[in-house]
Amino acid sequence: MNSDWSYRLREHRGTLLALVGFIAMFVIYVANHPVGLNANVATTAANKGVLLAIVAMAQTLVVLTSGIDLSVGMVMVLANCLASSIVVGTPLMTGLSVVGVLLMGAACGAINGLIVIYGRLQPIVTTIATGAVYYGAALALRRVPGGDINASLADALTGQLQGAVPASLALLLALVLFVWWPFRLSVVGRAAYAVGSSEVGAYMSGVPIRRAKFAAYALSGLLASVAGLFLTCITYSGEASAANGSTYTLYSIAAVVLGGVSLFGGSGSAVGAIFGALMFRTIGDLLFVFNLDPLWQPLFQGVVLSAAVCLGSGRLLRVRNRLDLYG
Amino acid sequence: MDAMNPHTEIRDGRLVAIRRRIDPAIASAFGCIVLLLLLGSLYSRSFLSPEYLLQQLKVASFLGVIASGMMIVVLLGQIDLSVPWVVAVGGMMATAATGWGPLGAALAIPIGIGCGVALGLVNGCGVAFLRIPSMIVTLAVNAVAQGLMVVHTGGFSPQDASSPAMRFIATGHSLFGIPNALLTWFAIGAATVFLLTRTTFGRTVYAIGNRERAAYLSGARTRAVVMSAFAISGGLSAFGGVLLAGYASKAAQAMGDPYLLPAIAAVVLGGTSILGGRGSYIGTVAGVILVTLLQSILSVMQIEEYGRHVIYGIVIIAMLLIYGRGRRHAE
Repeated sequence: MNSDWSYRLREHRGTLLALVGFIAMFVIYVANHPVGLNANVATTAANKGVLLAIVAMAQTLVVLTSGIDLSVGMVMVLANCLASSIVVGTPLMTGLSVVGVLLMGAACGAINGLIVIYGRLQPIVTTIATGAVYYGAALALRRVPGGDINASLADALTGQLQGAVPASLALLLALVLFVWWPFRLSVVGRAAYAVGSSEVGAYMSGVPIRRAKFAAYALSGLLASVAGLFLTCITYSGEASAANGSTYTLYSIAAVVLGGVSLFGGSGSAVGAIFGALMFRTIGDLLFVFNLDPLWQPLFQGVVLSAAVCLGSGRLLRVRNRLDLYG
Repeated sequence: MDAMNPHTEIRDGRLVAIRRRIDPAIASAFGCIVLLLLLGSLYSRSFLSPEYLLQQLKVASFLGVIASGMMIVVLLGQIDLSVPWVVAVGGMMATAATGWGPLGAALAIPIGIGCGVALGLVNGCGVAFLRIPSMIVTLAVNAVAQGLMVVHTGGFSPQDASSPAMRFIATGHSLFGIPNALLTWFAIGAATVFLLTRTTFGRTVYAIGNRERAAYLSGARTRAVVMSAFAISGGLSAFGGVLLAGYASKAAQAMGDPYLLPAIAAVVLGGTSILGGRGSYIGTVAGVILVTLLQSILSVMQIEEYGRHVIYGIVIIAMLLIYGRGRRHAE
C-alpha cells in the first residue's frame, strides 16, 4: 500500500511541481498587484492563462506520442479567423457554426495525423509544412483583421459565473473532464502513452499504434480550435497573424516542458501542462506588476523558456553510464 | 553471346555503379526543377532567358547559404529552428556595427557572423552537454534572440542601413557579370563539400547522424563536433542575414521569418535524411534552386499570398511523400 502511494507520487511529480510552481508565482503576482485580487483581476488573468492552457493541452496530446505539433498555433489562428466569420446570428446558427469550427480543427489535426501515420513523415517537418497550409487558409478567410462573434457567447465564455468565478476556468475544467480524462482512461489513450515510451515495444505488444496516434493528433487539432474560438471570444475579431501562431506554438512547448511532460513522450499529463501554461503566463505578467519596461518582456519570456528547458536535463545527474546519454 | 564478352560485362557493371551512385531523391529534385522551368516557359518565354535564370540563382544564394548550415545540422540528426532570429541578429548586428564609425563598418560582416556563431554555440551546448532535443533548445534560443533584438532596437535605436561592403557582396557583380552573391554561395558550398567529404569533422558528422553511440564508442569527439556543427549553422544563418541586409540595404526585425521553412524544405527535398547520416550537398543545391524557382513561379503567376502559402506547404508534403518517407516497422 505504501509503495503504491509513493509510485503514484512519482508518476505525478511533474504535475505536482507545476502546481506548486504556479501557486508560488500566483501568490507573488497577487501580493504585488496594485489592486490586489478581485473578480476582474482574476478574470483577466484567467482568460489569458486559459487560452494558453488549451493550446498546451493540444500540444501535450501529440508530445505524449513522442511527436511534436508545430502547427498547433496556426490551427488556432485558422479557427480564430473562421469563428470570426461564421459564429454570429441566432443561437441555433451560432451553435451549428461552433460545431463547424471544432470539426474544422479536428480535421486539421486528423490531416497531420494521417500524414505522420500513413505518409511516415517526421512530425516536425509535416507540421511545419501543414502549418503553412493552415496559415494560408486563415489568410484566405481574413485578409485584413476584422469580423465579429456572437456577443452573448463571448460574454458567457469570458465573463464570470455567479459574479465571482471566471467562466473560462469552468471551460477549462470541462475540457479536462470531457476530453482529457476520457482519453486518458481509454485504451487509445493508454496506447498513446505506450507509443510514446517505445513505439517498437508497443508495436510488438499489439497496441493499436495507428489509432492511438490518429486520436492524439485529431484531438490536438480539436483543442487548438477550441483555443481559436476562445481567442475570438476575447478579441471579438479574427486576425490571420503568423506571429501570433508561432508565438502560441512556442509558448505551448514551454508550457508542456514546465508542466513536467517529457518531450521524449510517454510520460506526463495534460493537467500538468495546464499548470505549466498558467505558471508561464503568470511569470510573464510578473514583469507588469513590478513595473518593468515592456520592452524586456520578450527577452524575459525567452530566458524563462530556456531555463525551463534546461531544468529537463536534470535527469543527466542520475545517469550512471555515459553510454545511456546516446540512446 | 554478349554475356560472354568481358567488355560488355564491365560496361554493365559501370552502368549499375553509376545508377547506384545517383540518389533517386536528387534525380527527382533536378527533374522537378526542369519540370518547373518548362511549366514556367509555357506561361512566359522569359523563364528560360539567361537573365531570369541568373537572377533566380542570385536570389537562391541567400537561401543556399542558410541551407548549407541547416544541412550540416540535419546530417547530425538534429534540426536548427533558430534560423529566423539568428538571420535577423546577423543582419541587424552588422548594420548596427556599421553605425559605429569606419572601424565598425569595416568589421560589420565579421561582427554579424560572430553573433550568429555565439548563438549557435549556445544551441550546441544545449544539445551536446545538456542533451536537450535540438528542436526545443533552438526554439528557446530563437526566443532569446528575438528578445535581445527587441531590447536592442527599442533601447538603443541602432542604425539599420547596411555598409557598402555588405551591399557589394549581396548586389554587386564581378567577373563576367556573375552576381557576387552567387560567387559567395559557390565559395561556401565548396567549403561545405570539402568539410563534409574530406575532413575528420565531416566523417564524424555522418557517423553521429547514423548512430551517435557508435561514433562515441569509436573515440570520435562527438560533443566538439556537435558544438561546431551548430556554431557553423548559426554563423551561416547570420551570414545569410548579412547578405539579406546588404541586398535590401537595411535590416528589419522579421527579415528571417520567411527562411526557416524554405531552408528545411531545401535540405529535405534534396534527399538529406531528416533522421541524419545520409545526404549530399549537391542535393541541397538542387533543393535550394527548386524551392526558389517554386516561390518565383508562384509570385510571377500572381497568386495571392494565401495561395502561395497553401501551394507551398502542399508541394513540400507531396514531394516528401513521394521520396522522403521513413521505414515501416517490419523493415
